[in-house]
Amino acid sequence: MAATQVIRSEWTKIRSVASTVWTLSLAVVVTIALGMLISALSKSEFDNMSRTERLSFDPTFISFAGMSLGQLAMIVFGVLVVSNEYSTGMIRTSLAAVPQRGTFLFSKIAVAAGLALVVSMATSFVTFFLGQAMLGSHKASLGDTGVLRAVIGGGLYMTLIAVFSMGMAAMLRSPMLSLGILMPFFFLISNILGNVDATKKIGWYLPDQAGSKIMQVVTPIDDDTPYGPWGGLAIMVVWVVAALAGGCLLLKKRDA
Amino acid sequence: MIELEGLTKRYGEKVAVDNLTFTVRPGIVTGFLGPNGAGKSTTMRMMLGLDRPTAGDVRIDGQHYDRLKDPLKYIGALLDAKAVHGGRSAFNHLLCLAQSNGIPRSRVHEVLDTVGLTAVAKKKAKGFSLGMGQRLGIAGALLGDPRILMFDEPVNGLDPEGIHWIRNLMKSLAAQGRTVFVSSHLMSEMALTADHLVVIGQGRLLADTSMADFIARNSRSYVRIRTPQRERLLDVLHAAGITVVETGNGTLEVDGDKSEAIGELAAQHQIVLHELSPQQASLEEAFMQLTAESVEYHAHTDPAAQQWGDSWRRG
Repeated sequence: MAATQVIRSEWTKIRSVASTVWTLSLAVVVTIALGMLISALSKSEFDNMSRTERLSFDPTFISFAGMSLGQLAMIVFGVLVVSNEYSTGMIRTSLAAVPQRGTFLFSKIAVAAGLALVVSMATSFVTFFLGQAMLGSHKASLGDTGVLRAVIGGGLYMTLIAVFSMGMAAMLRSPMLSLGILMPFFFLISNILGNVDATKKIGWYLPDQAGSKIMQVVTPIDDDTPYGPWGGLAIMVVWVVAALAGGCLLLKKRDA
Repeated sequence: MIELEGLTKRYGEKVAVDNLTFTVRPGIVTGFLGPNGAGKSTTMRMMLGLDRPTAGDVRIDGQHYDRLKDPLKYIGALLDAKAVHGGRSAFNHLLCLAQSNGIPRSRVHEVLDTVGLTAVAKKKAKGFSLGMGQRLGIAGALLGDPRILMFDEPVNGLDPEGIHWIRNLMKSLAAQGRTVFVSSHLMSEMALTADHLVVIGQGRLLADTSMADFIARNSRSYVRIRTPQRERLLDVLHAAGITVVETGNGTLEVDGDKSEAIGELAAQHQIVLHELSPQQASLEEAFMQLTAESVEYHAHTDPAAQQWGDSWRRG
């Protein structure tokens, strides 16, 4: 079975369902709109800030604030791409056509991840430029140290969130179960763990908190995170790889 | 050709498929018959590599399913007509299947035409009726022009026109020399389409025989006789060279269609007859007898249960 055939087939699948378009457009719109809003608010707040707050003011990171909500749409995209197969029963038709389950899963994820990467990168650059426009005189520019890395990193972060969701959905199969675990985890639990002193160290190693480090240009003053931007992204990649390996293992083992 | 050897599937303690060994041969329609829950669908899923056998082996043209290069070109299957993403159009559903097996796009148009769905090719599958869904599933099975075709309960829920169409389709596919394997829980349906029969009950093989053999053995015609002058009639029939079988409940049975001859003999010897009726054992009865012990979910109509209920009400 040539992998190129399966990739072509998965591309037909992903482009022929409505959920692809609405989840991805929601991710784009929410990330950009919320980023602009928070950038505009931060600009008007700047004059009231204390000295230390001004020292750790990070215009690049602020323009990415919309991702905390936009990533939820990315999660829905990732979950639906995989779990649609199970909820519709299509998985049996798909696996009868492509019995090499590893090839099947990785072609599906390669196509979806490729699409997510293109959309995320574009979103990241647009949200950066529009956010900076809102910040006016406090803005950062792409040529500043670390800014280009942060903007590219923003695109990578959103893509990895989607791929992590695909791996989880491959393990859990049910779309409701997958969303019921991932949404509260990324929206609530991860934040709570990261903000409570006792669990802060656990929070550091969660995929979203470690990964979002790549979008920081100015390190906050009291920050004692034991890794840098790329180290954080690497931790996130480890999570993604683990989720994919688990999904692949279970798909190979289970009856369809 | 599909070969099963000692195929077994266990779910915990429960044995769904129990040591099945048989071969599905090309050029004929093989009917796969069994009551609901007999393990037909599980067997078919194992044939397609979807479920892993607990023990035993299935080979498609001598190979394991997951070793087939572009499997849709070897074997096409309709398992569940609802195994389709409802938001995708019929055309795109077939196109993604075709692309995964290197089948040209033009073939998608051909099979849509064959099953009569060209007019609704761009419509989403969730709007399809049961019959249209079944046709879409069959289009998927035909896509790779495979030598082996497999249909799980294809006529379920179809209107008479759809049933007629599927019967003819299966016969014509077999006439082209293909292997056609079709499951059903209705003997009457199989009698019309199948050339060969494989019967299972509770996962076990009960019969593997040609349809003609099965009919010859099971659909005998006979004459049923009741008479108060039993001994005299037996003598007369014996003298005429007619073999009589005495059944338990006081009736006599004579094989074949000899009711006229028997009536005339009885009149000649002035023997009183209370019944003289030609009978035909139906295939459905033969099938029910064969599988009676292996039906998983019996309806409780036995007299003992009835009496228990009565006494409870009286009490």
